[in-house]
Amino acid sequence: MNELKASPAAVFAHRHLLGIEGLLPAEIIALLDLAEEAVEVSRQVEKKKAVLRGRTQINLFFEASTRTQSSFELAGKRLGADVMNMSVGSSSVKKGETLIDTAMTLNAMNPDILVVRHHAAGAVHLLAQKVGCSVINAGDGAHEHPTQALLDALTIRRHKGPIHDLTIAICGDILHSRVARSNIMLLNALGARVRCIGPSTLLPKGLDRLGVEIFTDMRKGLADADIVMMLRLQRERMDGSFVPSVREYFHFFGLDAEKLAFAKPGALVMHPGPMNRGVEIDSAIADGPQSLIRDQVEMGVAVRMAVLEALAQNLPNG
Amino acid sequence: MPDRLNNEERPLVLTNARVIDPSRKLDARGTVIVADGVIVAAGPEADAVSFPEGAEIVDCRGAAVMPGLIDMRVFIGEPGGEHRETFASAGQAAAAGGVTTVIMMPDTDPVIDDVALVDYIARRTRDTALVNVMPMAAITKGLRGREMTEFGLLKDVGAVGFTDGRHSITNALVLRRALTYARDFGALIMHHPADPDLTGSGVMNEGETATRLGLSGIPKEAEIIMLERDIRLAALTRGRYHAAQISCAESLEIIRRAKRAGLAVSCGVSATHLALNELDIGPYRTFFRLSPPLRSEDDRQAMIEGVADGSIDVIVSSHDPQDVDTKRHPFAEAADGAVGLETLLAASLRLVNNGDVDLLTVARALSTRPAELLGLPGGKLTAGAPADIILVDPAMPWICDGEKLRSRSKNTPFEGARFEGRVLRTIVAGRTVYAYAAD
Repeated sequence: MNELKASPAAVFAHRHLLGIEGLLPAEIIALLDLAEEAVEVSRQVEKKKAVLRGRTQINLFFEASTRTQSSFELAGKRLGADVMNMSVGSSSVKKGETLIDTAMTLNAMNPDILVVRHHAAGAVHLLAQKVGCSVINAGDGAHEHPTQALLDALTIRRHKGPIHDLTIAICGDILHSRVARSNIMLLNALGARVRCIGPSTLLPKGLDRLGVEIFTDMRKGLADADIVMMLRLQRERMDGSFVPSVREYFHFFGLDAEKLAFAKPGALVMHPGPMNRGVEIDSAIADGPQSLIRDQVEMGVAVRMAVLEALAQNLPNG
Repeated sequence: MPDRLNNEERPLVLTNARVIDPSRKLDARGTVIVADGVIVAAGPEADAVSFPEGAEIVDCRGAAVMPGLIDMRVFIGEPGGEHRETFASAGQAAAAGGVTTVIMMPDTDPVIDDVALVDYIARRTRDTALVNVMPMAAITKGLRGREMTEFGLLKDVGAVGFTDGRHSITNALVLRRALTYARDFGALIMHHPADPDLTGSGVMNEGETATRLGLSGIPKEAEIIMLERDIRLAALTRGRYHAAQISCAESLEIIRRAKRAGLAVSCGVSATHLALNELDIGPYRTFFRLSPPLRSEDDRQAMIEGVADGSIDVIVSSHDPQDVDTKRHPFAEAADGAVGLETLLAASLRLVNNGDVDLLTVARALSTRPAELLGLPGGKLTAGAPADIILVDPAMPWICDGEKLRSRSKNTPFEGARFEGRVLRTIVAGRTVYAYAAD
């Protein structure tokens, strides 16, 4: 690493990464800078670094995930950690019991880093209080998904330059989305203009207090946007009828060429995946020239390497 | 018999006391004389009364002597959840908190909806609890919100009122009939107004804080709409209706309007809702998960105003012991409820110490008013009233240590809280059941 640059640990002095809320802009930028280096490492033939050699990383997923879990696994391995994946599916056992009990069991195995996803907001905070290692939030309920926001920011920065003064529209199911919350926090911290677009039934109360502009008309919301971030319509989370039909939803909030034309020329399109093609996004857009969706996946590995590296430098004996 | 501090029933004389008797708006220096379990004389006029022979004489040095607290909303684990709380542990917590009468909710296993159970509780608590424990019986069988229980028979054996506890009666016809029928017995119907459909999957107050935490919100309208309905039914039936707890400014307006219209309507608020707001939940602290949920600061201020002007009749603890099995979960999956018997007085005294409400008004909401609503003989310091009395230093500072609580469950939202005001002595029917000892 460049000797003249402050080490990320000096800037990022946290034991856990539980959310974007509470991070300083300088800390976010330090992580993004570190991630840029990780992109370079990942594009070499020799992709390994040794910063986590001898360390144990456990990926504890209480909710199914392919993309995030494999991304964390690859990131850990590229940094030399021993990575173990644990998927704790829903069982008849009360889920909270499983959470604490599993955490205590894992803690006894002396991991250095625990990467956790859970269906309940705050579950990762609870776990961080109970274990002795560093904890990374890989998504907790509708609360936060900090590495997703970081990878989105890295993707935006590499294509559009500094994030401040960009207009970014987040569209769809804001109510159930942890990705939206983390992105709102991060993009606001870096000075972007953030908009949320969706039907009123999918906009949580008090959203206006989070420093965003709210639109229920997608064409108005997209006007002059530099970035259009689509969210998955999380049908499996809905406990009632938030929107009457997929057909109606796509008509008003699905991203197609006609609606995208309202954004700035050259506006770029993102999606955290997995996509519902034809529900929130038209295939032609998802696979088209304005789409950054595949870049996001690559940046995901880099950002997770950066987060692991930053936390590793704060580990005891690090 | 439970272990009481002075087993022989000596007369008791409390001299040099600040005598607080809300039943006659008395706040004055004086004496309180107790013999045979009842008050002989209290107030400045008692200074001239000769002391009974063999009396224990206590110089209060200006500390307050008040009627013992009557807590109208207390959940006890026993029967069915003895690992959370028993009559004995609840009694000890109550005694230490200055609560001399615990009004117990029927949400037990089995549910208190039957004459035999009310009778069992009366006998069982007499044997094991340090303080008076009086059950409210269920309004509907099994708390299912459908068929009425035997109000008349239950009242005869000692049910002091009727409530479905944590449950709301969604069927307006059932509540209408309950209010109508209860009127024949002069019985109070206490209801928890919270529309379960609007509450939905909500776990805290709806708004910015819930949105930031990614938790589903409970709109205030879940309470407001059902309370409004209830008041209409109270007007229709002319029954005696009591809202167990209100939590927001709009509900207070509804209660004020009902009172102005001359309805037999009353309501309570929990001391926790007077002391805390939704921001206290902080990083998902489940001991702050309550029903009704903690609301905004504006709502908290409105509740204090309601107590100050008497629109809110009573302050309750809403004591609800929960153990780690039900609380050590992610917030959305944890149970509602917090213990409160031991902090009821101290949390309420914050209103006095902050200068928002005078001591007489707070004492009235904690003793005299509940006694009036339930038709109990206590809640006042007048000759002939039961000697359920507390001696309080309203300014003594202390810090709440959850581990030292006498309740079997330690789920207090006041862990580490700094309080002013401490019970020095709790007297039930003339016997001292608690005496403060510095620890």
